[in-house]
Amino acid sequence: MAVLIDKSTRLVVQGLTGREGTFHAKQAAAYGTTVVGGVTPGKGGTTHEGWPVFNTLADAIRETGADASVIFVPPAGAADAVLEAVEEQLPLAVCITEGIPTLDMMRAMVLLRRSKTRLIGPNCPGVISAGRAKAGIIPGHICKEGRVGVVSRSGTLTYEAIHQLTHLGLGETTCIGIGGDPLIGTNFIDALTLFEADPQTEAVVMIGEIGGTAEEEAAAFIRANVTKPVVSFIAGQTAPPGRRMGHAGAIIAGGKGTAAEKMAALTGAGVHVVRSPAEIGEAVRSALRA
Amino acid sequence: MKIHEYQAKAILARHGVPVPEGAVVFTAAEAADAARRLGGTVVVKAQIHAGGRGKGGGVKVVKTPEDADKTARDMLGMRLVTYQTGPHGQIVQRVLVEQGLRIRRELYLGLVIDRATERPVLMVSQEGGVEIEKVAAETPERIFKAYIDPGIGLSAYQTRKLAFALDLQGPQIAQAGKFMNALYEAFKATDASLIEINPLIVTEEGSLLALDAKMNFDDNALYRHPDIRDLRDTSEEDPLEVEASQFSLNYIKLDGTVGCMVNGAGLAMATMDIIKLAGGEPANFLDVGGGANAEQIRNAFKILISDKHVKAVLINIFGGILRCDILAEGVIAAVKALHVSVPIVIRMEGTNVERGKQMLKESGLNFTTADTMSEAAERVVALGHAS
Repeated sequence: MAVLIDKSTRLVVQGLTGREGTFHAKQAAAYGTTVVGGVTPGKGGTTHEGWPVFNTLADAIRETGADASVIFVPPAGAADAVLEAVEEQLPLAVCITEGIPTLDMMRAMVLLRRSKTRLIGPNCPGVISAGRAKAGIIPGHICKEGRVGVVSRSGTLTYEAIHQLTHLGLGETTCIGIGGDPLIGTNFIDALTLFEADPQTEAVVMIGEIGGTAEEEAAAFIRANVTKPVVSFIAGQTAPPGRRMGHAGAIIAGGKGTAAEKMAALTGAGVHVVRSPAEIGEAVRSALRA
Repeated sequence: MKIHEYQAKAILARHGVPVPEGAVVFTAAEAADAARRLGGTVVVKAQIHAGGRGKGGGVKVVKTPEDADKTARDMLGMRLVTYQTGPHGQIVQRVLVEQGLRIRRELYLGLVIDRATERPVLMVSQEGGVEIEKVAAETPERIFKAYIDPGIGLSAYQTRKLAFALDLQGPQIAQAGKFMNALYEAFKATDASLIEINPLIVTEEGSLLALDAKMNFDDNALYRHPDIRDLRDTSEEDPLEVEASQFSLNYIKLDGTVGCMVNGAGLAMATMDIIKLAGGEPANFLDVGGGANAEQIRNAFKILISDKHVKAVLINIFGGILRCDILAEGVIAAVKALHVSVPIVIRMEGTNVERGKQMLKESGLNFTTADTMSEAAERVVALGHAS
């Protein structure tokens, strides 16, 4: 088992014909993902790299039976692409796009929260079920099918954690990049819920960072609901307050959202919190031995 | 993005928020002229992007145009230090001359996006004129909030509720409603990320006005607000950060001695953290982005070595798809072209990593390679101490 996507997932690419869309659609197909086509308004009826292209997501779903999408649409149109997925009641939409205006995303969230669509991201590396399928940009070759679920607000730092898990032979079930923006579709609690219910997942790595209170909320949830060991690293222990550290959501504002607060909350909930990003893999290994 | 108080007031006034009359000036003579036009008592306010200006001597009440001239002369060019500027302070280059008002009450009004509820939240407090963070920490029950449904907007009952919580009276209730609606309109129209009116004043005559105003904007939305983008005042920012932004590099200068060059924001923060754990102090946050191509690496080196405090550099690139031989080529070319002399530790992962390491070794340049993040951090801290 894995969560969110596997070999039976039929993936459509919103923004297939762009440079990023094309490159990562090919990477996903090479990894074994069932990529069924793409959506680029105005290019409907053509084919791109052998895939059929549709003008609307509705056409794509009707013709291909797609049940998940990955969004590589540029920032100005990305929230609209999310809304299109919501309108079509697509079960899963993964939005990779970085730089979407917050107010656009806020409006999209209103409809998303009333819908059955699950959104991953935006501003995220996407989802990969090791050895099965992927929607997004996480490099397949660093993953190895295994025992650990990974959920993270970061991109390359997630790769670092995956690399350590693979290197130690622990491997991963599914890795979920939830995104570095202030407003995101799937949060830590959603991902933890999935991993807790997944029989193959034996432990969870949760990578947080400064800004907001998602880690504190996750800590309360873990204390009450998660029986599997959770290992966590919080990036930004040395970040200065009031500065946005690359990610739109990574900012200590009004003295709130510090790494210290998050680490304390998680430690209090029984999470194995590591101070060094180099110790994530080892901490999982010892948690699984215990 | 941040702007000055006078710019925020001009934007808010366009959306119907009442603000005092005033003018921004760049010389003492202009300050005297402005005071003469306004008549009577005026307030001279230093325009810098940081808060806490009053305590630092950046806000003065004067009674005559001559005093306005003298006060502006003292203020312009002064290094204003506040709790938000840090010890280096900020040079005052413009001042706002505003009509003096008879103040009966000082209140607080703020509007931001609340991440947990995914909607804008309007916050008010009777504790105006002080840091709202302090109120939030010590007496959170004195802050009142209204969450705005983006589909419905700000409802009349919400503004009434906040106005009553502020203990406003009679016609002020309706005034406050208009004020809050105008503020929310300005927020939406400009893609603001924060508006703060502190203080919102009630005058002796019973009118509500924004005596101070702070607006921040969503950087991701600036592409559709060229007029706001033009208000950016780069003299308020660190020169190296301004230069980095021209190269689309995400760079934040810090006080340490170990320069970092990393791809990805989370990994860049984690790299700073591990340097600290190894006993060093990071000199910066630097995310070169996903591509990390030769040109970006060269630009990044330019910025890093411009910081004279940097004693050693750590490059931490987790490529995955990126080819390490291409990365090594870019690093070698940049180090040669820019005559980089500080020691460099490189930790990279990705396709062709062994070939990349070999190229660095054979380059004859001063590179140290490391396999893991902790090894890289220990080495760069040791080299930084030695040099």
